[in-house]
Amino acid sequence: MEVRGERDTKPAITRELAHPVGAHRYRVRRWINDAGLYASVLILVSPSILFFLWMLSLSLKTEADNIAYPPVFIPHPPTLANIIDVFAKNDFLSYTINSVIVSFSATGLALLFGVPAGYGIAKTQATKAAVLILVARVTPGLSYLIPLFLMFQWLGMLGTLGPLIITHLVITVPIVVWVMIGYFEGLPVALEESALVDGATIWQAFRYVAVPLARPGIMVATILSFIFSWNNFIFGVVLAGRTTRTLPVAVYNVLTFEQISWGPLAAAALVVTAPVLVLTLFMQKEIVAGLTAGGVKA
Amino acid sequence: MSTTLSGMATRPLAAPRRRRNYARRYWMFAVPAALVVAAVIIFPWFFTLFMSVHEWKVSGNVYYVGLTNYMHLLRDQRFLWAVARTLYFTTASVILPVVIGIWAAVCFARKFRLRGAARTLFILPMMATPVAIALVWTMMFHPQLGVLNYLLTSVGLPPSSWVYSADTVIPTLVMVETWQWTPLVMLIVLGGISSLPIDPYEAAVIDGATAWQMFRYITLPLVWPFVVVAGVMRIIDALKAFDTIFVITNGGPGTASETINMLLYQTAFGYYDLGYASAMVVVFFALIMLLSLILLRTRQQELTL
Repeated sequence: MEVRGERDTKPAITRELAHPVGAHRYRVRRWINDAGLYASVLILVSPSILFFLWMLSLSLKTEADNIAYPPVFIPHPPTLANIIDVFAKNDFLSYTINSVIVSFSATGLALLFGVPAGYGIAKTQATKAAVLILVARVTPGLSYLIPLFLMFQWLGMLGTLGPLIITHLVITVPIVVWVMIGYFEGLPVALEESALVDGATIWQAFRYVAVPLARPGIMVATILSFIFSWNNFIFGVVLAGRTTRTLPVAVYNVLTFEQISWGPLAAAALVVTAPVLVLTLFMQKEIVAGLTAGGVKA
Repeated sequence: MSTTLSGMATRPLAAPRRRRNYARRYWMFAVPAALVVAAVIIFPWFFTLFMSVHEWKVSGNVYYVGLTNYMHLLRDQRFLWAVARTLYFTTASVILPVVIGIWAAVCFARKFRLRGAARTLFILPMMATPVAIALVWTMMFHPQLGVLNYLLTSVGLPPSSWVYSADTVIPTLVMVETWQWTPLVMLIVLGGISSLPIDPYEAAVIDGATAWQMFRYITLPLVWPFVVVAGVMRIIDALKAFDTIFVITNGGPGTASETINMLLYQTAFGYYDLGYASAMVVVFFALIMLLSLILLRTRQQELTL
C-alpha cells in the first residue's frame, strides 16, 4: 500500500501562483509548518524508541547497574552475560523450539486450509462467511479456552504441543482467510477464465493460475499469522505443561517463579520479541498492507 | 494491496453470469477450513452456551441448573465491579488511541525525510510480543528503582505509584494500552487519508483556509468512516485486553484492576468453576457485540466489514 502524501505540496504551488506577492511570508509559514510536523513526529515516535532502547539497555547491563539509582542509561561495558544466562539457566532453548514448532505448524496449517477457503469465498462472494470470520475475531480468547481445555483433557492431550497448535488455529485461520479473500478479489479473473476455457478444472485454475498470482498476498498472510501466533500468550498459559511452554509463557514464568533480577528478565523479553521486531523492520510494507486490509488482529 | 476497508464496501456486486455456474463448485475450496472453523471456533461457542446453564466444576459432577449462573452474575458484586472497571478502562483506551492515532495519521500522510523509518518505529509497539513489553513496563514502573519515576522527579514532577496503588493502576494500564495500540488506529486512518481526493484541498487553499480548518472541515469528515472502524477495533481489543494486564498487575493491587477478562481467567482456571465462567463469557461476549454495534450504527452505510 503506497501512501499518497504529496497533497500538501501541490496546493503549495497553487497558492504561490495565486499570491505571488505573499510568497516570502508563505515560505516562513511553511517553515513553521514543517518544524511543527517534525516536532509532532518526534513526540509520536519517541515513546517507542525510548522504550525499546531502555529494553536493550536493561538486557546489556550488569545487575549492579540495572538496580543503580539514578539509573545507568548506557551500559559500559555492555555485557552479553544476561542473554547467555537466559539460555543457560532457564532451558530457553527447548521453549524456543516449542515456539517455533507451534507457530510454524499453526501458520502452515492455516495456509493449507485458509488459502483455498479465501479463494472459494472470494469466488462465490459469500460475504456471510466473512462475517463469521469477524465474529471469531470479536470473541475473547478465553471463551475458546474453556471448552477446548475440557476437550483436550478428555482426549488426554494436555502436556503435548497438539492442543497449542490446534488452539492457535483460532487465530491464524481467520487471519489467512481474511487477507486472502481481499487478495483474491483483487486479482483479474481473465487468466483463470482462459484456463477454464482451455479445459482446466477449477482446482487446476486455482493451483496453477490463482495461487502463483496471489503469492504476495500469501506472503502477507504468512507473516501476520506467524507473528500473531508467536506473540500469543493466553492459550499457552492455560494449555502448556512444564515441557511444552512457548516462549511468551516461559518468559512470564521467569517473572513469577524466580527471584527477580532485571538483566536476565529484560534479556529474556528481548529474546522472545526479537524475531518479531526483526520481521517488522524488514517486512514493514507487507505488514502494513495486511493490517489495513480489514484491520485484522488476533 | 488495493483492498482497504473502503475497498470492501465497493467490491463488485454482480459477477459475470457465466461464473455463477461455478459458484456451487467453488464452495468445495472452503470445506476444509469450514471443518476446522467448526471444530475450534463454532463448537466452543455452543459448548460454552451449554456449559453456562450447568454447575460444572472440573473435578466433580455436572448438574443442569438453568439460568442460576446468570442470576448469580447479576448479584455478584465482584463481577459488577469488574464490568465497571472494564468500561472505565475501555472508554479511556478507545478515546486516547483514536485521538492520538488521528494526529499521527495526519502527520504520516505528509511527505518528510525518514518517513518510512519513523513509521516502522511507530508501529513496533503493536507488533512486539505483549508479554515481553509488559515485563519491561513492569520494571519501568518500579516505585523506587524504576526509570519512569527517575524521569518524573528529574523534571521536577512528583513520583507516581503507577501500578502499585488502586488510584493510578487503571490510568497506568491505559497508558500502556495507548502506547501499544495507537499504531493500529494510525494505520487504518492513514489508509483512509491516502484514498482522499485532492480537489477539496486545492479549493480550500485558494480560499485561504488554515491547516486546522482543512483538517477540521475536509479531512476529518471524509475519513470519519475509517475513524469509526478504528474505534470499533479499539473497543473490541480494549474489552478483550488480557496479556498486558495479566502480566503487569494480574488484577491487582487487590482487585483494583480486575477487569472481566481477569476475573474470567481466575474463575475458570483459578477456581475451576467452569459453568459460572461460561455464563460470564456469554455476558462478556454480548457486551462486546453490543458496544461494537452501537458504534457501528453511527456510520453503518460505509461499513460492510
